[in-house]
Amino acid sequence: MNGKRIDGREANEMRKVEVKLDVISRADGSAEFAFGKTRALACVYGPKALYPKHLQEYEKGILRCRYSMAPYSVDERKPPAPDRRSIELSKVIRLALEPAIFLEDYPKTGIDVYIEITEADGSTRVTAINAASLALALAGIPMRDLVCACSVGKIDNTLVVDLNGKEDNFSEADVVFAMMPSKGKITLLQMDGVLTREEFNKLIEMAKQNCYKIYEIQKNALKEKYKVSE
Amino acid sequence: MSEKERPIVLPGEFLGNKEGKKVGENVYEEDGKIFSKVIGIPKITESEVSVISLAGKYVPKVGDRVIGIIVDVEVSGWFVDINSPYIAFLPLGEAVEEFVDTSRVDISKYYDVNEIIFCRISKVTKNKIVQVTMHDLHAKKLVGGIIIKITPSKVPRVIGRGGSMINLIKNKTGCELIVGQNGVIWIKGKEKAKAIEAILLIEKESHIIGLTEKVEKMLSE
Amino acid sequence: MESYILELLEKGKRIDGRKLDEFRRIEIKENVVSKAEGSASVKIGETHVMAGVKLELGAPFPDSPNEGILVVNAEFTPLASPEFEPGPPGEDEIELARVVDRGIRESECIELEKLCIQPGEKVWCIFVDISVLNHHGNLLDASALASFIALKNTRIPKVEDGKMVRGEYQGILPVVHTPITVSVAKIGKNLLVDTNFEEEKIVESKVCVTTREDGKICAVQKQGSGYISFEELEEILDLSFEKAKEIRKMVE
Repeated sequence: MNGKRIDGREANEMRKVEVKLDVISRADGSAEFAFGKTRALACVYGPKALYPKHLQEYEKGILRCRYSMAPYSVDERKPPAPDRRSIELSKVIRLALEPAIFLEDYPKTGIDVYIEITEADGSTRVTAINAASLALALAGIPMRDLVCACSVGKIDNTLVVDLNGKEDNFSEADVVFAMMPSKGKITLLQMDGVLTREEFNKLIEMAKQNCYKIYEIQKNALKEKYKVSE
Repeated sequence: MSEKERPIVLPGEFLGNKEGKKVGENVYEEDGKIFSKVIGIPKITESEVSVISLAGKYVPKVGDRVIGIIVDVEVSGWFVDINSPYIAFLPLGEAVEEFVDTSRVDISKYYDVNEIIFCRISKVTKNKIVQVTMHDLHAKKLVGGIIIKITPSKVPRVIGRGGSMINLIKNKTGCELIVGQNGVIWIKGKEKAKAIEAILLIEKESHIIGLTEKVEKMLSE
Repeated sequence: MESYILELLEKGKRIDGRKLDEFRRIEIKENVVSKAEGSASVKIGETHVMAGVKLELGAPFPDSPNEGILVVNAEFTPLASPEFEPGPPGEDEIELARVVDRGIRESECIELEKLCIQPGEKVWCIFVDISVLNHHGNLLDASALASFIALKNTRIPKVEDGKMVRGEYQGILPVVHTPITVSVAKIGKNLLVDTNFEEEKIVESKVCVTTREDGKICAVQKQGSGYISFEELEEILDLSFEKAKEIRKMVE
């Protein structure tokens, strides 16, 4: 490793972040977010009436989330049907976003979030969450806060942020983390690997600091949209 | 050179301490502090804190006058699409003056599917069952013309203070214009394309100060 | 019921009389299925989960030609709860299987390199199947425990002429660590372990932590539609380490 990572980054350096808003005109809200080559397109439809009626919840709306990887997004073509990983990630992403949404403001309705990973180079679910959070805000869905997410991990005994595809495969441990930045609350936490308690705590702190950086990027993108100059 | 904009707030952004103020629309309170729920323009007065959302669906409110499309004819009423996640119902009794024998009459002769009405929201129950009525001074069937939809929260800007904006558009284009609180707008007239352009401009730049002058300039060209 | 549970929690009690950091009675039975290469039945209170291990010979994954393969599956059998219906696995079943899988895999408790028979050609494939037989809460901890114990007493069949001989064995699975999974749930401001079925209806978030006997953390999964603070995360880790130690004593 000799001090730098495979792609030349420092340990605490995220890949280049790219944000595009309103990318799907038919959707109620949409956004694209990228960490380096990993790119996620998120769109929101809703709140809308839910049919059949038995799906409706009396007291609040229902958030439905579908995470999907395009067949061409990875090295070996991924067959289009949802696989077990996509099903678990759809659930995990939904649960990362749900705490931020005031579902009780729209009883009996459904809010659908669709995420398509157009290119995958590690850390797809956090890219997805960042895109979805923007799409939800753009759709006017009432939220407690935006949701920011990033990955951190341990490679070659070094603690790093934003793992790319290769790093994901060879890491000693990787952590997926999402939070509501202004509330200081964690909405997603997954960890795989082998870590001491202290390493785990350090990684959590690292994730938190990088999420604040992502928050600034999200905020600027949203505020920028509403600046009109002529 | 950027024009003067009203400040935009984002979900989770701190707006101020509660201090006895009313928690208005699109904001929430936590530990005595008030935060925005949406992307929008904050409205902070002595007595209330609220945010005007720049996006979002129409949530029906009693008293609102809305434009709806008939989507289904039932035995004793009609289902009306009011551009909301919640569908509305127009009961026969609220639409027609005379007595109607529903066993003999097919009520689609009064209002049929795809027809457009300007009506008032008369009831919204706790679980969001919505009822509309045609028993209102301004209620009527809208014939001819076309419909466009804008973000409901931008309707006040399209109407303008005391109707100033909407009258400006009417005068400059000679069109008939009815604006529903639910973001549905009905336009009839030869220069409707110009009217539509003006409305879409207002929707896009609703948060910009000096919009009225800009619209006036555009309509005069 | 909900408000009653909350009321009790404020007083540090639960509807079944337990303390917040107390597990229900854990009952473990090993080798309960003779046809399986390894098996275990675990009861935590009324929750009952069975795990069976079947071994098969197969080709290794191309990127790990010298390693055996581990596959974990879970079924919420329709017997276990009026809410479970027959059919393909739903998102909860899939999540449970994947979390149990990660706990076992990431803890490196099975020496997969020792399961290679012919590099690049033939390795042992370990199938762990979890059957939830009675759902009374805390399925994850029970499933993880049953899976681990089943693996611990799994016998490796003899291999003759490249074929497996069922019923005759040549050793046991090389299990070198003891990962234990403990889920900690949050209701209001209270953190509790081993939630039962009624409590789970009002749980806002759950974090399940898999730890090894050497104090290392191998897997963490936050579940539920709520959020947790950084302080709560610390407490949750403390609690799960503590409980895992207790459970580990039962297993060793």
